[in-house]
Amino acid sequence: MSSRDDILASIRANRPQLERSLPAVPLFDDPPPPSLLAAFKENLELMGGIFLDPPESGDVLAPVRAKIADAKVVCSTVPEIAGNRDIRAIAAPRELADVDFAIARASFAVAETGSVLFDDKDLQVNAVAYLAQHLIVLLDPADIVINLHHAYRRPEFRDRHYACFHSGPSATADIEGVLIHGAQGVRSLSLLPLARTSGASTAWAPAGPEQAERSEACPRPSHRDG
Amino acid sequence: MSNGKVLHPELLAPDDRDSIYRRGRRLDHAGGASQPLRASTLEKQPRGAKVHGNRPIDQAEAAARFIAAPEHEKMHDERLWDLRQKRDRQMHGIPEWEELRALASAIKEHTLTHLDDYLEEFETNARANGTHVHWARDAADHNRIVHDILRDHGARTLIKSKSMLTEECGFRAYMAAAGIEVIETDLGERIQQLDNEDPSHVVVPAVHKLRTDVAEVFARTIGTDPDNSDVHYLAESERESNRPLILAADAGMTGANFAVAETGTFVVCTNEGNADLSANVPKLHIASIGIEKVIPHLEHLAVFVRLLSRSALGSPITQYTSHFRGPREGGEMHIVLVDNGRSERLGLEEFWTSLKCIRCGACMNTCPVYRRSGGLSYGATYSGPIGLIIDPTFNARKYSNLPFSSTLNGSCSNVCPVKINIHEQIYAWRRELVKQHETPFVKKAAMKAAGELLSHPAAYRAAIATADFALAHLPRFVIYNGLNAWGKHREVPHPPKQTFHSWHQSNRGEKT
Amino acid sequence: MRIGLFVPCYIDAFFPEVGIATLELLERFGYDVVYPRAQTCCGQPMANSGFNADCADTEALFVRNFSGFDYIVAPSGSCVQHVRDNFDAIEQTDDVKRVRARTFEIVEFLHDIVKPDAFPWARFPHRIGLHNSCGTLRRLKHAAPSELREAPFSKPMDLLSKVAGIEFVVPARPDECCGFGGTFSVFEEVVSTKMGYDKVSDHARAGAEYIVSADTSCLMHQQGCAERIGVPLKFIHIAQILNGASA
Repeated sequence: MSSRDDILASIRANRPQLERSLPAVPLFDDPPPPSLLAAFKENLELMGGIFLDPPESGDVLAPVRAKIADAKVVCSTVPEIAGNRDIRAIAAPRELADVDFAIARASFAVAETGSVLFDDKDLQVNAVAYLAQHLIVLLDPADIVINLHHAYRRPEFRDRHYACFHSGPSATADIEGVLIHGAQGVRSLSLLPLARTSGASTAWAPAGPEQAERSEACPRPSHRDG
Repeated sequence: MSNGKVLHPELLAPDDRDSIYRRGRRLDHAGGASQPLRASTLEKQPRGAKVHGNRPIDQAEAAARFIAAPEHEKMHDERLWDLRQKRDRQMHGIPEWEELRALASAIKEHTLTHLDDYLEEFETNARANGTHVHWARDAADHNRIVHDILRDHGARTLIKSKSMLTEECGFRAYMAAAGIEVIETDLGERIQQLDNEDPSHVVVPAVHKLRTDVAEVFARTIGTDPDNSDVHYLAESERESNRPLILAADAGMTGANFAVAETGTFVVCTNEGNADLSANVPKLHIASIGIEKVIPHLEHLAVFVRLLSRSALGSPITQYTSHFRGPREGGEMHIVLVDNGRSERLGLEEFWTSLKCIRCGACMNTCPVYRRSGGLSYGATYSGPIGLIIDPTFNARKYSNLPFSSTLNGSCSNVCPVKINIHEQIYAWRRELVKQHETPFVKKAAMKAAGELLSHPAAYRAAIATADFALAHLPRFVIYNGLNAWGKHREVPHPPKQTFHSWHQSNRGEKT
Repeated sequence: MRIGLFVPCYIDAFFPEVGIATLELLERFGYDVVYPRAQTCCGQPMANSGFNADCADTEALFVRNFSGFDYIVAPSGSCVQHVRDNFDAIEQTDDVKRVRARTFEIVEFLHDIVKPDAFPWARFPHRIGLHNSCGTLRRLKHAAPSELREAPFSKPMDLLSKVAGIEFVVPARPDECCGFGGTFSVFEEVVSTKMGYDKVSDHARAGAEYIVSADTSCLMHQQGCAERIGVPLKFIHIAQILNGASA
């Protein structure tokens, strides 16, 4: 008998013969916060993230440009702003070790926890969000959901092989409870609210003909990894 | 190594050089202390329980040594009580908190009573996504399987994130003997690995160490300045020391907090992002997962993720919540499902619900005995209240004293996010161990004598009279000596003039 | 209504004033209180060490002594909890079940059954730190424990609030265990006494003059710790205050 057979047989022999039904899980979304963006911002900051206030006028990406002005290596996975390291040319993740700033767009965010969700399509090379010294996130405020119950209804968890909630930067308090940012991963996570430009939407809504058309029109960058 | 370099000098307040402030607010996410906690003197770290083969662990002896190191004990107690208070604050912010606990408990109990079905469903879906699934009966099986996978890929170095299951399996020792270098990437685990000491807590592995202890370890092993115990400096040093090892590693290993049957996904929660590094930098990713980690559907993740970090660290969520559903392009993913006694524990009528545990550590944080003893005093992979009820299933003889390292106060059961009746199981283990004859002889004889005395009123009356008389008339040194444990560190009760019994006789004589 | 008074062994031996206060308090409310003279112990010390079989004779004696009463009242939460929840070394006859179900601790008896509006004979003008033992708090549910998200309530505080002159002060860790834990106090005495030192120091820092509890075993342990480290607290059972003790 294989280990698999042994284990399953042992479980069947030992399983308690008790009636334990699976409960229904409510969405716990009532009452919703007055502003999803405000709630998200509050929680992002409590988790150590930095919210970049969008400028009143002029260049919407000015706060991001200011952040990366002195950086040596910037790796951008978004069409809105260019870096100087092309992620499509990466053969192995370790080639991203010298990246100062990674810029990526989150698929969606969660107001309850101040989290953003990246999947393997957003990152293209997953490791970029962990090897970079700093992470800059673009987020469309229309992509904020109320809480985790809503979050887990999103298709990313069924469609993608990798999806990760980032809730602020890498952190630890393992030594005497002293809070450290940049434990192993990024030292900072800054977020700029910026609506998706048309044609680049991955916003999820019940499928309608308009939605499908827009998705078709958007060119998907090729997904390469080493 | 740089000396005195502080990571974020611009964020520190002049009177609180440790903490990060943002917009005037002191940050305490990811388990950061909500107020300054600072030991003031240099004190040697007390070591854990003395382990002699299979002999019963003397937790009380190790606890006494921990308390005899007052700076360590105070820091440890205050740090973990702070986490307990932060957990309470999170709880009060969620009106549906008790409902979430009830849901979490019900989901787990349902899953455990259908565990074979859900494991098969998980395996089917994981395989369909391109993940390799292996099954390991026990620790030896697990280590051999992982070794085979690494050997097949020519892997000589392995980076890993924290996994209590791998601790249980003695994984590092096995790999060391097999000539494979294992590098822990979690800061707390790495400290413990470099110090050749087990982790003391399931979530904060080095919580028992002062910064001066860590400075000593790092100076010895990664070449930091022995006189610099600034925590930012120590953390930065470890980051820089580990980074090249991460980049060069042949393979990466993680544990898993949850495994979703519906989609073949497993979920890893970390604050450092080290699971994501371990999984996404090398091509090969191996995940060790206990069979009890399975949950049925994606929607259930919301319940557990909402409870986990709030219970563990008083933070709404961990900094990283990673969902692995299949290998990345060009990569390879292996899951090792591990039994190691779990299926047998499923058959224990009073103890099977301990399998609901999601390893949050909230029971440890609230336990007044744990906080004053340190996790290493239990001499087992799992310490604190949860350790008391699962360790005897691993070795009844070695851990036969542990269920007595408890006052049965019940706080643990109240903070458990999956509503394990921990204190009741501790009580039940005492009965069980007596039945299995796994209690020290002296207790057995004393208890039998007590039972005799207390069921015979006349003998009982005579004994009480003697005790009162003795207390009233014996000199102090007779009462307070090594043999009389009560009197070692506290005064004995003042003997009254008469017992209630005799008062009643004099004052209410007829009414019996 | 006939009440059987159960006076636990350590109260009988070391704290008879608590038994006296309980008796007198029940008599003040007009109850016919009987003290079965052949009583000994509830068997808890043996049961808590896992030696449940050795309790059988003790439990049988208890039931023999206390069958036939409308209520059995004791000034000890841990003993009452043991009788209600763990008295299973003997055959569960109807008589046994009845005795078990009708055994009450004095605070819960007063709060739930007697429901007094006042304690006109009582006056206690002192700052008190209330200590709910873990057994009365989490098992007998005397009050809302800090770990749970539920509406706050406290039976002992409701009763004590009716006593003239009382002032409550609250320690930093209101419901952390004081470390008695029965045989734990002897088998793990270093941890036990450290918990006791911390508890009394916490109350003292909050400004308490008296620590009040419904559990004498906790009081006994805390008093022993306070005296050893020189913390000037006084200790008194809740029944004594409610019965009109002045100090």
